[in-house]
Amino acid sequence: MSKRIRVLAAKPGLDGHDRGIKVVCAGLKDAGMEVIYTGLRQTPEAIVAAALQEDVDVIALSTLSGAHNQHLPRVAQLLREKDAAHVLLVAGGIVPPKDRLSLREKGVKEIFGPGTTMTEIAEFIRNNVSLS
Amino acid sequence: MDQNKIKEEKTRWAQSDPGLAKAVPRHTDWGDPVEKLYTPADVSAQDYLEQLGFPGEHPFARGVYPSMYLGRPWTVRQYSGYDSPKDTNARFRYLLEQGQTGLSVAFDLPTQIGYDSDHPMSAGEVGKVGVPVDTLEDMEVIFEGLPLDKLSTSMTINAPSAIMLAMYVSIGKKQGLDPSVLRGTLQNDVLKEYTVRGTYIFPPQPSIRLVTDIFAYCSKSVPRFNTINVAGYHLREAGCSAVQEIAFSFSNAIAYIQAALDAGLGIDDFAPRISWIFNTNNKLFEEVAKYRAARRIWAELLRDRFGAKDPRSCMLRFHTQTSGASLTAQQPLNNVVRVAYQTLAAVLAGAQSIAACSYDEALSLPTEESVRTSLRTQQILHEETGVTDTIDPLGGSYYLEALTNQIYDRIKGLMDEVEKMGGAVAAIEKGFVQKEIERRSYDIQKQIEGGQFVVVGVNKYAIQEQEPEVLVESNPQAEQDQIERLQALKNRRSNDKVDGALAALKQTAHGDGALMPVIIEAVEAYASLGEICGVLREVFGEYQPVRTI
Repeated sequence: MSKRIRVLAAKPGLDGHDRGIKVVCAGLKDAGMEVIYTGLRQTPEAIVAAALQEDVDVIALSTLSGAHNQHLPRVAQLLREKDAAHVLLVAGGIVPPKDRLSLREKGVKEIFGPGTTMTEIAEFIRNNVSLS
Repeated sequence: MDQNKIKEEKTRWAQSDPGLAKAVPRHTDWGDPVEKLYTPADVSAQDYLEQLGFPGEHPFARGVYPSMYLGRPWTVRQYSGYDSPKDTNARFRYLLEQGQTGLSVAFDLPTQIGYDSDHPMSAGEVGKVGVPVDTLEDMEVIFEGLPLDKLSTSMTINAPSAIMLAMYVSIGKKQGLDPSVLRGTLQNDVLKEYTVRGTYIFPPQPSIRLVTDIFAYCSKSVPRFNTINVAGYHLREAGCSAVQEIAFSFSNAIAYIQAALDAGLGIDDFAPRISWIFNTNNKLFEEVAKYRAARRIWAELLRDRFGAKDPRSCMLRFHTQTSGASLTAQQPLNNVVRVAYQTLAAVLAGAQSIAACSYDEALSLPTEESVRTSLRTQQILHEETGVTDTIDPLGGSYYLEALTNQIYDRIKGLMDEVEKMGGAVAAIEKGFVQKEIERRSYDIQKQIEGGQFVVVGVNKYAIQEQEPEVLVESNPQAEQDQIERLQALKNRRSNDKVDGALAALKQTAHGDGALMPVIIEAVEAYASLGEICGVLREVFGEYQPVRTI
């Protein structure tokens, strides 16, 4: 029996628009994954702590308010510090093209923009997750 | 007119053409089937005088004012603010020069959530989605050179509304103006923050206390201010239907009204100053029907259930923004068209104030060019299309009248359901509102991915395209500059005075006295928003969201 992929979905920072992340959660659940959603106003520290506690394979961050350069690299850095760099870190929302390159370099594996389908996200996760 | 003869003829006609008989049924946004054709028979039961009447007269279905746009056009009011108070002041002046007629302030997230720019939770967020306001000094810069007796200002602020109001009143005083001449709007609608927008601070009871405190203060001292802008807009952006948008927001309003009545206010003391912000979406006729039905339901609710005697209590005066969520990152110029159609719907529906999204909505904050196009969209509608030559021009359309009657029933049905649950607060605590919206937004996404819900340029008529350069980027120095300004101010001000004011605030918050006077005192001593909200957080506690997923 193959292990189900476990995903922690989170909203880092202060933005409260969660339609997108909730839809992604529902889509990933329908795709057979286990999804834990932290809710709003999470610090990077709280996100990584929850990810480790829940022993997830993936962290999916929603960022819409322009604070991506602040929060996303911090999550990636904390994962490295906690020896958890194997956790697949992905993000979605509004991230200008020029910021995506630097975020990828800092450890965000993929950034999904407007128009992405739930199928695409699920497939990317399946193809890139490393199940321990 | 023989209604039965018309019905017979319609049946005959419907079968007369194979193409017509085979045509796939269409549905409204809220799921009812749409007839292929509407005739007088579809509206024969309508009582014109009772259900529609005349503009400016109960039940206000055709418009809240007798002369509507013939007397005064809607206010052109674009939502704006970013980086710093100085940049925001410059953008306000630009918009006013280009024909905007009312101001609408976008604050950044730390400000909306009651954190100063130097709070740890504010890192990376300062000046991003709006202007940072830490103290009265920031508001002074935002309104530099803008005469508050000549402008109305809408402030999209919720939990910290009392503080923003206090700052606005203080600026007015510095301009030599009595608060009684100030015109504007506070969004001040915390219940929707709990479900779809997320900038809550305090739990429901103290939040509602702050709302009613503002009602009481303004009814005496700032009577020309709209003390609340009850929101359907954000519910709709989160994915609910047109029916849910009105039913849920009306249910929230009923909760505020009940709280104000319980606090001893008379209905006509505050109801005339309740205003609204709604979402104007793609389906033009359905949106116009929605607004006409909403006006009628509100008028009946205030007069018949709450016993309002002042006709102004019964008038649903609304601002509308076109739907941001309907706009696409793909082929952004298509958004100019969407916004034009949506703005047309808002005008045909008789909105008092309109914000038209900019075509780069899905990419960044508006550039000067894109927001100017939004202004021109409104101006062209007003000056060139002739749709304002008469009031409620679509009135009498068999389709529109049938839709209006239908959505009236649907909205009232859902309001009854929420009522039976115990009202808006109970419905939120049970997670009912949230789950309804989550379900519908998921269904829509599945329909988009399945192709049943067409989004031009995304799942149909898509092209290979380069992502456009993002032209508006926030100033990377903005956060640091703001923090330095705040620190400098803290060094200059009388900290004794601030401490005294905060102590008075704490004491009043613990008791049940009026909060506005002590908040004004704190604001005028240049206590920061974060300091004031910090005291209130201590006394009131912080809201713990309902988990639905």
